[in-house]
Amino acid sequence: MMDKIAIEKKVLSENDKLAGSLRERLTAHRILCLNLVSSPGSGKTSLLEKTIAALNSEFRIALIAGDVQTENDARRLKRAGGKVVFPIVTGGRCHLDARMVTSITDQLSLDDLDILLVENVGNLVCPSSYDLGEDMKVVLISTTEGDDKPLKYPGMFLRSSVMVINKIDLLGSSDFDMATVKQNARSINGQLIMFELSCRTGAGLAPWNQWLGEQAKRKRSR
Amino acid sequence: MHELNIAGNIADMVRREMSERGLSQVEAISLRLGRMTDVNPDALSFGFGVITRDTELAGAKLIIEEIPVAAKCHQCEREFDVPEFSFSCPSCGSNAVRLIRGMELEIASLEVVENTSATSL
Repeated sequence: MMDKIAIEKKVLSENDKLAGSLRERLTAHRILCLNLVSSPGSGKTSLLEKTIAALNSEFRIALIAGDVQTENDARRLKRAGGKVVFPIVTGGRCHLDARMVTSITDQLSLDDLDILLVENVGNLVCPSSYDLGEDMKVVLISTTEGDDKPLKYPGMFLRSSVMVINKIDLLGSSDFDMATVKQNARSINGQLIMFELSCRTGAGLAPWNQWLGEQAKRKRSR
Repeated sequence: MHELNIAGNIADMVRREMSERGLSQVEAISLRLGRMTDVNPDALSFGFGVITRDTELAGAKLIIEEIPVAAKCHQCEREFDVPEFSFSCPSCGSNAVRLIRGMELEIASLEVVENTSATSL
């Protein structure tokens, strides 16, 4: 005879608990935290380079750069003017989790910080399961990718609050269609805030930087 | 392939339950897995088999119940199934909707052979 024992427990409850307490700490210190996710090569590091350059003088920004191997992204962010940059080399793991981010924030002086930007591992699947304590997920997609990506990876687009469409300078060089990608994204998540920009030419960066600055100010005045 | 990590989380949780409840063996673990979780059930079962090999959980079956996606409209309050990940309300067309099912990733229950447990009824 078999016995059934009810358990009713979430599998990622430990990660969620850590993420929850991290979120509380960051909010207590009025720090805006964004979790940047995308496929490899969509331009997360490039966007962060541009963001630092634009906002460094007004805000105190810390960056966490997750990568499967190498600290190349962290080096790039330092070169771009990042004052507080921490690499996380996951050593093959396909996502960041709340424990990794907590171990970094434990080393930060949270009183001296306005914005924490976390660059996740380039992957549109695995990072979606792991809450990092962020205020928002920002998903990037570039015009060299398929415009059906929101439909192929609905989990990530559903959990994100913002979609950044990068590499608009290359529009017309591929079959990527701006109206189609937006329509696909809206069918998954009607509340997505969208930005179109090119990190290479700088087109469209101003509205993104302005929005980010406003979010940080809003968080600071809470 | 974060399924291997998640399989490890499940194995750890089951071991904790076993020690807390004084169980020596678990036959099966019932899992509820939402279709919106980005966790593949086959990869999860495979990973669980691999990491529990040669442990006290060797041979324990992972029974996965997949939960379809459903949402609720903020405008008209209608609840609806979302088979194709199209999140707009079939009644009023609004896409201001909230996911109400499909994100589950939870251990529902354990099956044990009777009398292996001191505490179960």
